[in-house]
Amino acid sequence: MIKNLRVKTGKAIDETYRISFKFNGNAYYGFKGDTLSSALLANDVHLVGRSFKYHRPRGIMTAGSEEPNAIVQLHDKSSRTEPNVRATEIEIYEGLEASSQNCWPSVKFDIGGINNFLSPLLPAGFYYKTFMWPSSFWEKYEYFIRKSAGLGKSPTEPDPDVYEHRYIHCDVLVIGSGISGIMAAKTAAKNGFKTLLVDEKPNLGGSTIYQNSDYFKINNQNSCSWLEKEINEIKKLTNLEIKIRTSVAAYHGYNFLLARENLTDHLPVEQRKDKTRHKLLKIRAKKVISATGSIERPMIFDNNDRPGILLSSAIKKYADFFGVACGEKNVLFTNNDSAYETAITLIQKGIDIEAIVDNREEIDSKLLYEVEKNNIKIFKGYTVTDTFGYKRINKISIKKLSKDGQKVVGSKISLSCDCLGVSGGWTPAVHLFTQSGGKLKFREDDQVFIPNTYPSDQLSIGSCAGDFTLDEILINTPKSLKEFFNIKNTEYDNLEVISSTNKSKRNIWLLPSDKVLGKTKSFVDYQNDSTAKDIKLALREGFRSIEHVKRYTTTGMGTDQGKLGNMHALGIISETAGAKMGELGTTTFRPPYTPLTFGTIVGRNVGEYFDIFRKTPIHNWHEENKAEFENVGQWKRAWYYPKENENMHQAVQRESKAARESAGILDASTLGKIDIQGTDASEFLNRVYTNAWSKLAIGKCRYGLMLNEDGMVYDDGVTTRLGENHYIMTTTTGGAANVMGKLEDYLQTEWPELDVYLTSVTDHYATVSVCGPNSKKIISEVIPDLDFSDENFPHMSFKNAKIGKINCRVMRISFTGEQSYEINIQANYGKSVWEKCMEAGKDYNITPYGTETMHLLRAEKGFIIVGQDTDATMTPIDLQMDWIVSKKKYDFIGKRSLYRSDTIRKDRKQLIGLLTEDPNEVLEEGAQIVADVNKSPIEMLGHITSSYYSPNLKKSIALGVVRGGKNMMGQKLIIPMEKKNINVTVADPVFLDKENKRLNAKL
Amino acid sequence: MFIINCPFCGEREQSEFKAGGEAHIIRPKQPTELSDDEWAEYLFMRKNIKGVQFERWNHAHGCRKWFNVVRDTSNDEIKAIYKMGEKPPVE
Repeated sequence: MIKNLRVKTGKAIDETYRISFKFNGNAYYGFKGDTLSSALLANDVHLVGRSFKYHRPRGIMTAGSEEPNAIVQLHDKSSRTEPNVRATEIEIYEGLEASSQNCWPSVKFDIGGINNFLSPLLPAGFYYKTFMWPSSFWEKYEYFIRKSAGLGKSPTEPDPDVYEHRYIHCDVLVIGSGISGIMAAKTAAKNGFKTLLVDEKPNLGGSTIYQNSDYFKINNQNSCSWLEKEINEIKKLTNLEIKIRTSVAAYHGYNFLLARENLTDHLPVEQRKDKTRHKLLKIRAKKVISATGSIERPMIFDNNDRPGILLSSAIKKYADFFGVACGEKNVLFTNNDSAYETAITLIQKGIDIEAIVDNREEIDSKLLYEVEKNNIKIFKGYTVTDTFGYKRINKISIKKLSKDGQKVVGSKISLSCDCLGVSGGWTPAVHLFTQSGGKLKFREDDQVFIPNTYPSDQLSIGSCAGDFTLDEILINTPKSLKEFFNIKNTEYDNLEVISSTNKSKRNIWLLPSDKVLGKTKSFVDYQNDSTAKDIKLALREGFRSIEHVKRYTTTGMGTDQGKLGNMHALGIISETAGAKMGELGTTTFRPPYTPLTFGTIVGRNVGEYFDIFRKTPIHNWHEENKAEFENVGQWKRAWYYPKENENMHQAVQRESKAARESAGILDASTLGKIDIQGTDASEFLNRVYTNAWSKLAIGKCRYGLMLNEDGMVYDDGVTTRLGENHYIMTTTTGGAANVMGKLEDYLQTEWPELDVYLTSVTDHYATVSVCGPNSKKIISEVIPDLDFSDENFPHMSFKNAKIGKINCRVMRISFTGEQSYEINIQANYGKSVWEKCMEAGKDYNITPYGTETMHLLRAEKGFIIVGQDTDATMTPIDLQMDWIVSKKKYDFIGKRSLYRSDTIRKDRKQLIGLLTEDPNEVLEEGAQIVADVNKSPIEMLGHITSSYYSPNLKKSIALGVVRGGKNMMGQKLIIPMEKKNINVTVADPVFLDKENKRLNAKL
Repeated sequence: MFIINCPFCGEREQSEFKAGGEAHIIRPKQPTELSDDEWAEYLFMRKNIKGVQFERWNHAHGCRKWFNVVRDTSNDEIKAIYKMGEKPPVE
């Protein structure tokens, strides 16, 4: 029989709108406006989960985002499943299904619960202590630890929902819509500021919106009615944007904040279709007002974690706001006046209160007198020493506190109850404030950390600034706002306030028990099961820093980041170690305030939008012709063009042979192109390249090597002199942007006197490269008006030409060692020129080849690829490219570094060629190169950087870097592989046509 | 994420900029006349101050101009911004 614990209508609840949902397979119903937790409590379900380490039964503890226990798995049979969702934040909807986490086979009977009885064997640092030795066993331990670690289950299918990012710029951002937030938002908007008000809850008004009692009045109205009118008014303001269900996750410097706006999680699943689920708001605010409120503190006593133990403020909210009684026999336990506010609510709603246990001895409080009038027993100066009931609290023991509060005295009194509300006072929610870089100060009176210095234009108001009572808020908030906005008055300057709260508090971080501490389970962090005992153990073992104690005991390291218990942990450390709270400081608060799903963070950058890519103007042709692509930087480059059933090796062998025997064609559009103009262009090139440029004739091309200032090879490419003061530089595909940046840097900062202008034109030109002994015949057909004779158009020169009416530049340069022509033409003609070349080359078996064949062909010639054969530790000398380093030039970037003591070492790794004993054995790129495999440890001499089977040489070839390799020509070395050692001989890295005859070969 | 007031474009998000390390390290005019140690000093030695630091920044996703920023590295407060070639403000 399911009990119904609905009481008089709750403020948030629409009792005409029934919603059914399932929890752990059982069907329940609630009403529109319910959260999962309020609906469960209305159905008398307290037990909702098991704790992480001891698998103790746990119930709903709070009514907000600070919830440590009631975290559930949503929709565990769907791709929308989501772990670690706080039941206190989920608004129920038709069809909601949720289940408990961290329990098997069920929350009511959980095998892991045995850990509770083994708990003496599971002290703080258990994992660290136990699994350290022997270290070789770690892999075995890890397997079991991983299995038992973690709370919920992550989805295994792609997320079907859509997420978005949105930038918001506003004058004032107000975080939190409690009474002070509403006052701030209205004041800001009415003073002409473009204002954004956000609140994590589905409604505005914080806790005041259900404070319906004669003891809290503003201008002679109950505070909830007064606030409701204010809210209705601000909704009409045009320069105020209000976002509910919007939780600020992070507060960075310069008032940059991230917030998650939840748009569909409260809707039935079928209504979410085609809607954005979450928006990540990137907010840049000129001014920020934090009105984030405060979180009620639990109390630390033995067995303070049983289902049925809630924060007193949560019991009040469930009753007032949701119309739910958390129990039928309630006991409240407090050290301050807040619990009496709860008591008055329960009295109003006709919910039974058995007793109130108050740490304080003498209390002069209007609220207390009202409670006493209702014949409710108040135990003054008492504390709870123990609780009973495994799956639901059924009894507590209380005892009198000694004068100093360190001991319990007198005889034990037992009280039976089914719900215990605790109130240990309030902790300002300063998380966002400290994330922003704000510094806290400790207020001794009521033992709270409050904002002290602001790092940006911001303000904290209300209870997050330490104003806990209605009168404090209504007096201090207008005052702060006037100063913050530099205005003379607000409409809240002369409010009449009745606020009945007595501010006294008897703060005892760890309440005494009649048992020794070692026998108690007084939980400080509920989610991670760390107890007062654990913290004291950590201190005994020598941990002092709060950050170390936190990590050793895992206090505050759950998904709730210890919103409830962190202050108690600090208090216990402070008392035990005799350090002042203010000096201990807090642990670092890190974003996000509440967890975000990955989807929210990623937004629309999923699938093909995960990383942007660039396509050449000829891309579609490659696609139509079944090319395989590889990623080079952000470019998609044709890798190879398999025919029929060819694999990559077969395709590359065919393409390579065709390029050398007749003609090949390559899309080289991705190469970086920088247009260089100005009267000092030649001088500039002299300074950035290792070789000399002044004497390069107009119309000629030259290969250049660019170094970093440390002498290491940075980039290479061919640069062509187009005119007296005009060059076009090509860079590697991947290096284009960096080279451009580096050149700009030198021009702007080191050599501003040079008259040079750089323009990136990579995207403006398509480049079609035709190579092979028949290339000249093909290109002549495409550009019939140009004289392609070797006399008129020799290797390393350039001509302006026209294809039809379109201007183009033709360079005769070669990266394959074959005679080769590159047509550069306005990008949108790229594909048509490519097709013209294909047409003209039909009779010559013109063969499109991709990057893999290009790599093979250049390796046959021993041409390096920067980034493959070099790795930022290679100088041109290491590459055996001494010929390109000018001896005459006084200076160029990196020159001085070429004769540092380190760069002139004889035993640097140097580029060499390698030939295998067995010509069919192709080496693995990256494999180590050694001389002696018998010595231990084996001395590593270098590694292989490029390796291919050359169809033209009919043997395996490789390039590699080897220590002192330059002087090892002909020497035998070994490539040790897993299964065998491969014998190789050091060879000249130029394997083919050392005399460069092929550049001018005629067929 | 802080905001940088580019001297050419105005206030922009930090994500548009690229940091370029310590400012006012001038490339020696006669590198060949320097000893290994002197060259290494120019090449490798950079300060990493907790506090006010003079830095180079580049508006990489904007006007591509380099300029100097005086920034407190402990809280990202920008004290001054000035163009290349201009004199640094005296503290």
